[in-house]
Amino acid sequence: MKTNRVLPGFGLALGYTLVYLSLLILLPLGGMILKASDLGWSQIIDIALGERSLAAFRVTFTASLLAATVNGFFGLIVAWILVRYPFPGKRFVDALVDLPFALPTAVAGITLATIYAGNGWLGRFIEPLGFKVAYTPVGIVVALTFVTLPFVVRTLQPVIEDIEPEVEEAAATLGASRWQTFSRIVFPAIFPALLTGFALAFARAIGEFGSVIFIAGNIPLVSEIVPLLIISKLEQYDVLGATALAVVMLAISFVMLLGINGLQWWAANRHRNNEPLEVAAGKAKGGAA
Amino acid sequence: MKSNRATQEPGWVRALLLATGLGFLFFFLGLPLVAVFVEALAQGWPAYVEALKDSETRSAIWLTVLIALAVLPFNILFGVAAAWAIAKFDFRGKSLLITLIDLPFAVSPVVAGLIFILLFGAQGYFGPWLAANDVKIIFAVPGMILATLFITFPFIARELIPLMQSQGKDEEEAAVSLGASGWQMFWRVTLPNIKWGLLYGVILANARAMGEFGAVSVVSGHIRGETNTLPLHVEILYNEYNAVGAFAAASILALLALVTLVAKTVVEWRMKKETDMLNTVLAPEKT
Repeated sequence: MKTNRVLPGFGLALGYTLVYLSLLILLPLGGMILKASDLGWSQIIDIALGERSLAAFRVTFTASLLAATVNGFFGLIVAWILVRYPFPGKRFVDALVDLPFALPTAVAGITLATIYAGNGWLGRFIEPLGFKVAYTPVGIVVALTFVTLPFVVRTLQPVIEDIEPEVEEAAATLGASRWQTFSRIVFPAIFPALLTGFALAFARAIGEFGSVIFIAGNIPLVSEIVPLLIISKLEQYDVLGATALAVVMLAISFVMLLGINGLQWWAANRHRNNEPLEVAAGKAKGGAA
Repeated sequence: MKSNRATQEPGWVRALLLATGLGFLFFFLGLPLVAVFVEALAQGWPAYVEALKDSETRSAIWLTVLIALAVLPFNILFGVAAAWAIAKFDFRGKSLLITLIDLPFAVSPVVAGLIFILLFGAQGYFGPWLAANDVKIIFAVPGMILATLFITFPFIARELIPLMQSQGKDEEEAAVSLGASGWQMFWRVTLPNIKWGLLYGVILANARAMGEFGAVSVVSGHIRGETNTLPLHVEILYNEYNAVGAFAAASILALLALVTLVAKTVVEWRMKKETDMLNTVLAPEKT
């Protein structure tokens, strides 16, 4: 391939990008991996599988999974009504969805803790029913749900907007019910985006710290998340222990990032190889295409 | 209407979905947002103003602004350079580079703080040298700036890459072949084309820089009046059971979030208007 570059600045731009990326991101991360290699793999795994670490990983993963699931369900509904239904104040609601991205996590943390505490706005109604949210693992799920709320909505919105009305009309013409049209045409079309949003929310939730620590109660083995355990190891001058946990977290992040890239590639390709209208509509009716 | 049977949900389903979606947003977004201000004003306006006048709160506000001002120019420069190289040229390893730029989004803020402790902390690789030369990075402002740089690294580049890819390179090539120098092309053609996207990225990066908690918390050392940003100050006041003080400081950050949302919406609206205009101009040729 002959590259005839008319535009200037390629060398400068790419050079600066690579130097900055290396100094700020790759070198520090590499330094951490080097530090961890002082320990050796077997010791890293021993630290990660210690009773307190293992419990922290379990709490972090369970809460993140639940929060991403809650957002997957409600996020689909929110994205749907924002795209399809007219209602007063829609633009305001649409803008408000990004609040968790704009509101500092510490503010979210103290506010949620105050609302769900026994004497808080919601806590005073929930606790008499036997549910405790603040200072329990449930509180972690609530905080993570808040922090990751925009992901599913924002990945779904453009995809729902892109569904061509002709496809749904064709299904209707061929006699499909609304539920059949949704479950066999609309849902498969938006499923990759839903999964992407879910994965993004999950990835963000695993690393989240600021919003969780205020509402979690932070009891070791019960409601202690991995990022907090890293910090408490640091505060006890157990730098190697903290590094071991951080390397495991980094490996998980990297796998998540690759997975999300794969999902996005899948979503984009699916979109391109769309079935012809008649085939899709025929499937919705339930007959052979 | 019968013809809408399969293209629209029945009325009761619509009502149920609207109630569920809006109810969810009310409990998870609306209520917390209102609660910040109600709690801040729980003991009246004078107590609120008094809490904001506190000298530690004010120095925390200053440090927060200072860190954002220090971080943003680096991110703008990097974002424009990375987007220019990625969007306008073909080279090997491009998709790997894009993945690496996204990496800080996936890394836990706590890990982001830790990596700088391992480099510059007392037991870190450069720790002894820094101590010998009396340079403080960890538990000082430079470390907090580094951690914030790491956290906000992808924001502007992520906005500009798809935008510049969609704009192609025809306009720049025209400018260059008409004899414009590189800088003339950048200032007169590229920058006007990307200004809204750039501003959008700056708004998002700024919100994150001012609100960052985890990464900054690890490297700050929490020295009052010196290495306390506003989010860290909120934590200290809250843990001292000073609810009014904590929520007063939090209310400033919540106001910042609201300003961010408004600015973001306005910029989105401007960007949409420009693409719509472009589409109406180009539409007759295309069809």
